[in-house]
Amino acid sequence: MEIIGSQRKPVHIDVVPTLPLYRSAPPLEVRLEDFELYAMDRLRVLKGIADGLSRGKKSEEMKILADHLWKANMRHPDASEVVNKDIISHFVLRLVYCRTEDLRKWFLSMETNLFRYRLLFERAEAQRALMAEFDLPYRAASHAELESVKEGLKQVAQSFGQPLAADAIFYKVPFEEVPELVAGRRVFIHKGYAYVAMNQVVSLVATQFRSHLSKALILTNRKWTSTIREQEKDRLTPIVEALCSSYLGPDYSQPREVAEISIKDIDQIGKSSFPLCMRHLFEKLREDHHLKHGGRMQLGLFLKGVGLKLEDALAFWKAEFSQRVGSERFDKEYAYSIRHNYGREGKRTDYTPYSCQKIITSAPGVGDHHGCPYRHFSEENLRAALGKMGISNRAVEDVMDKVRNRHYQLACTLTFEAVHGTSCDAGINHPNQYFSDSQKVLQSKNQSTV
Amino acid sequence: MTKEEIENGTADMEIDQRELMNGERSELNAVPDGFNANYLKVYYGKLFPHADIFKWMSYGNDGKHPGCDESYFGRREFSFTLDNDIYLRFQSFNTASQLENSIKEKCPFKIDIGPVYSIDPAKRHAYAQSGNNVFTPVEKELVFDIDMTDYDDVRYCCSGADVCLKCWTLMTIAIKVIDPALRDDFGFNHILWVYSGRRGVHCWVCDPKARRLTNEQRSSIAEYFRVYKGNENSQKKVSLTSSALHPFLLRSYKVLEEFFEGNLLSNQSLFSTEERYEKILEMIPDESITSELRGKWQDNKKSSISKENVNVDRWKQVKKILKSGKQKAQGLGKCVEEIVFSFSYPRLDMEVSKHMNHLLKAPFCIHPKTGRVCLPIDPNRCEEFDPTAVPTLSKLLEEINTGGLGTDDDAEWDRTSLGKSIRFFRSSFLQPLLKSCKEDIENSYNAKLQHSKTSLTW
Repeated sequence: MEIIGSQRKPVHIDVVPTLPLYRSAPPLEVRLEDFELYAMDRLRVLKGIADGLSRGKKSEEMKILADHLWKANMRHPDASEVVNKDIISHFVLRLVYCRTEDLRKWFLSMETNLFRYRLLFERAEAQRALMAEFDLPYRAASHAELESVKEGLKQVAQSFGQPLAADAIFYKVPFEEVPELVAGRRVFIHKGYAYVAMNQVVSLVATQFRSHLSKALILTNRKWTSTIREQEKDRLTPIVEALCSSYLGPDYSQPREVAEISIKDIDQIGKSSFPLCMRHLFEKLREDHHLKHGGRMQLGLFLKGVGLKLEDALAFWKAEFSQRVGSERFDKEYAYSIRHNYGREGKRTDYTPYSCQKIITSAPGVGDHHGCPYRHFSEENLRAALGKMGISNRAVEDVMDKVRNRHYQLACTLTFEAVHGTSCDAGINHPNQYFSDSQKVLQSKNQSTV
Repeated sequence: MTKEEIENGTADMEIDQRELMNGERSELNAVPDGFNANYLKVYYGKLFPHADIFKWMSYGNDGKHPGCDESYFGRREFSFTLDNDIYLRFQSFNTASQLENSIKEKCPFKIDIGPVYSIDPAKRHAYAQSGNNVFTPVEKELVFDIDMTDYDDVRYCCSGADVCLKCWTLMTIAIKVIDPALRDDFGFNHILWVYSGRRGVHCWVCDPKARRLTNEQRSSIAEYFRVYKGNENSQKKVSLTSSALHPFLLRSYKVLEEFFEGNLLSNQSLFSTEERYEKILEMIPDESITSELRGKWQDNKKSSISKENVNVDRWKQVKKILKSGKQKAQGLGKCVEEIVFSFSYPRLDMEVSKHMNHLLKAPFCIHPKTGRVCLPIDPNRCEEFDPTAVPTLSKLLEEINTGGLGTDDDAEWDRTSLGKSIRFFRSSFLQPLLKSCKEDIENSYNAKLQHSKTSLTW
C-alpha cells in the first residue's frame, strides 16, 4: 500500500465479488487522513463485536449485530471505494494490533468473528468459492446420499433443538478432517464420513482464516519492529500508536495508584473490595487449598494487578497449596508458573490481568471455579453468593434481572453499587477496576469519618 | 510328561519335576497355580503365538511383494517388563525370529506394543542431534482401554481388582456399544477386542486409516464416545441436554436400557437398600419427586414384596413418575436416560486413546497378578465371555502335560484351551486384515507404476 499526501484521488480497483481474505497488502494508494479514519471506523465495528460477546449474545444475535455495525461504520459515498476501505482498514489495524501478544490475540479473535458473521450472510456460491480458496474442497452430498442418512441428520438437528430444513445443504467430509465437530457429537457420522451442515462449514473456513491471520500478524510484527516503525516515525507511527491505546483502556499490568498490598491484608480487603469472581476463587482456595489452572491464572494475575509482589504471591500460594500437596510439590510444580506470570521465567512476558470480557468468555469445566459468576453460576448459587455479600433482596432482584438479560457486567456494576452505597457510572469492565474503585470509595469514607 | 516320553528320554525335561509339589506325584500332570519365570519359559517356548504377532505387526510387509516396506516391522517399538520390574523400552526387531528369540531369552513378565516410528527405535540416538523431530511416531493402532475400577461407584458385587460375572456385564455392554459405532459410524473394519487379563478389556483398531490418525483425531474419537464426566464435586455425572439425543447416544441407549433393566437392576440390587436407592434419588433434581418416592419406599420396608422384585418395581415407579410430566421442573427431561447412562454407559480411559505413543499390553500375554491369558473376545458373542473361566498359565501347562505325544511341535497350542482362541484370532481378525493389507500394498504399488509410466513421456 502506498500512503500519499492529502489531495490526490485514490486509484480504482475492480470490485471483488466475495469477502476479501486479506492475503496480502494490495497495491492501493491511501490518503493519510483516510489511513486513520478508515481504521477508526473498523475499530468501532470490532469493539462493538467484543462488547456484544461480553454480554453473552448468542450466535444469531451476533450475526445481526455485526451486520448493523458493518453497515453503520464501513460505508463510503463512492460505492467502488467500499471494498478498498475494507481492505485498507484491515491492514492498518494489523499494524496497530501486531505489536504485543495481547493485542494480537484480541485482534485475531475479533477479526475472525467478524469474518465468520459476514460469511454467514454470503450467498452459497460465494461461500463455496471461499471454501475452495482455503483448500477445503468439500463435496456437497447428493440428494440420494442425504435420503439414505436422513433419519440420522434429523436426530442430530434435533439434538441442537433445531428442525431439519427440507433443502438443507450438507457436505460429506471424511470424519478425521472435522475433529472438533466429531468430539462434540455435532455431526452425523456414517461409514467414516461426517455430514457437515452449512453453518458448521463456515466455522471450518473461519478456523482457516484465523490460522492464516495469526501467522500474518507475527510477520507484520517483525516488519514493524525491524523497519516500519523507524521509517515512519514522523508520519504513520504516531497514528498507529495512538489508535491502539484509545480503545483498550488501562490494562492494569503496572499497578500505579493502588498501594502495594501484603498477605496479611488480603483476607480483609478480599471481603471488602474483591469483585464476586475473585471472592469466589479466593474462598475456594482457602477452602480446598487448591485451584485448577484456570482459577490460578485468573486470581493470580488479578492479585498481581492489585499490587501483590512476587515474593508475597509465592508465600501466599505456597501457604495454601502446601496444605494440600505439600511444600516440596508446590516448589516443584507450581512456583514456576507463578514466577512465569510475573515475567521472571521463560520468554519473560509480564502477563496482564484478565478483563471482564476475557473472563466472561472463558469456559470453566468440572472442578473449575474461574469464569464470571454472573454468567456461569446457576441462579440459585448466584443468589446465595450475593446474599453472602450482604446485599439487600431488592438489589439482588435488580442484579438477577440484568443477568437474565445477559448483561453480566451491568450486573456486577449493580453489585458494586449495592455493596458500596455509591453509583458507578463508568460501569465495571475489569476486575482490577472494581478493586481500585472500591478502594477509592472506602478510603474517601475513612477520610470523611476521621 | 507321558510315560513313553520319560522312557524314551526324547522329550526335553522342560517342566522341572521339582515344580510339582511334594505329595502330588500321583498327579503327574497337575501344575500348581502360579506365575513365575519357569512357567513363562514354557509358555513362550510352546504356546505364545510369536509368528501370528509378527504377521499382525507387519501388516503385509513380509517382503514377498515388491511394494512391501521392508523397514516397517523394524520401526515398531516393543517394550518388555522383566522379572524384577526392570523395564526395557524401545525394543525393536527386524525379523520374526529376532522377536521370538528375544522373548524366549528375556522371558518378559509383560510385553507392550508401541507405535511404528519414522526410524528404527534402536537408532534414535543417532538422529537426536538434528533436533528436528526426526524420531517421531508415524503409525499406531487406535486403542481403547476399559477398566472395571472406573465403575466402582456403580457396582456393589465387587470392588477394586475383583471381577465377577455380575459386574462383567458392564464390559459386555461396553463392547456392544463401542464396537458397532466403530464399524458403522467410523467405517473401521479390522477390530480386535482382548481381555486384559484381570478386570477389563482392550480394543485394537487396525485399519490403515486408524493407524495414521493424529493425536488430535484420536482425541476427537475418544470425546465422541465420552458421556461420563464425573468427579466428586458434581452431583450429576452424566448430563444430557433436554432436547433430543445424538443418533449414536440413541442407538446406545437401546443397548443400555436392555441390560440395565434386564440385568444390572437385579444383579446389583440397585434399589434394595436405603444407601443404594439414595444414590439414584440424588440424580433427580426435584425435591417433591424424591420425597414422594422416599416416602413410599421407607414404608415398604416391611411389605411382602420379595427381594427380587423390589429393584424392578422401584425402577418402574421412578420411570413412571419422571415420565409423567406432572412436575415440569427443569432438568427432568432426560433424567431417566441419565440414570441409565450413569450406571451402564462405557467409561473409557481417555489418555490411553489420545496419544500415538501410548504403549499397550500385547494380546496373549499372561497377567502377572491373575495368571490368566489375555485372550481375544468375539464381539458378536461377548455375552458368553466369562472372565472367571479364562485359562490360566498353570492350567495351560497342565494341558500340555496331558496332551500326549505329538509329532507336530509347532501346534502344541492347539491341544490346549489356547487353540480355540488362536484359531479365532486368525480367522476372524488376522487373515482378513492381512488380505486387506496385501491388496492395499498391491494397489498402491500399481498406482505408483502407472504414475511413473505416464510421466515418462518424451
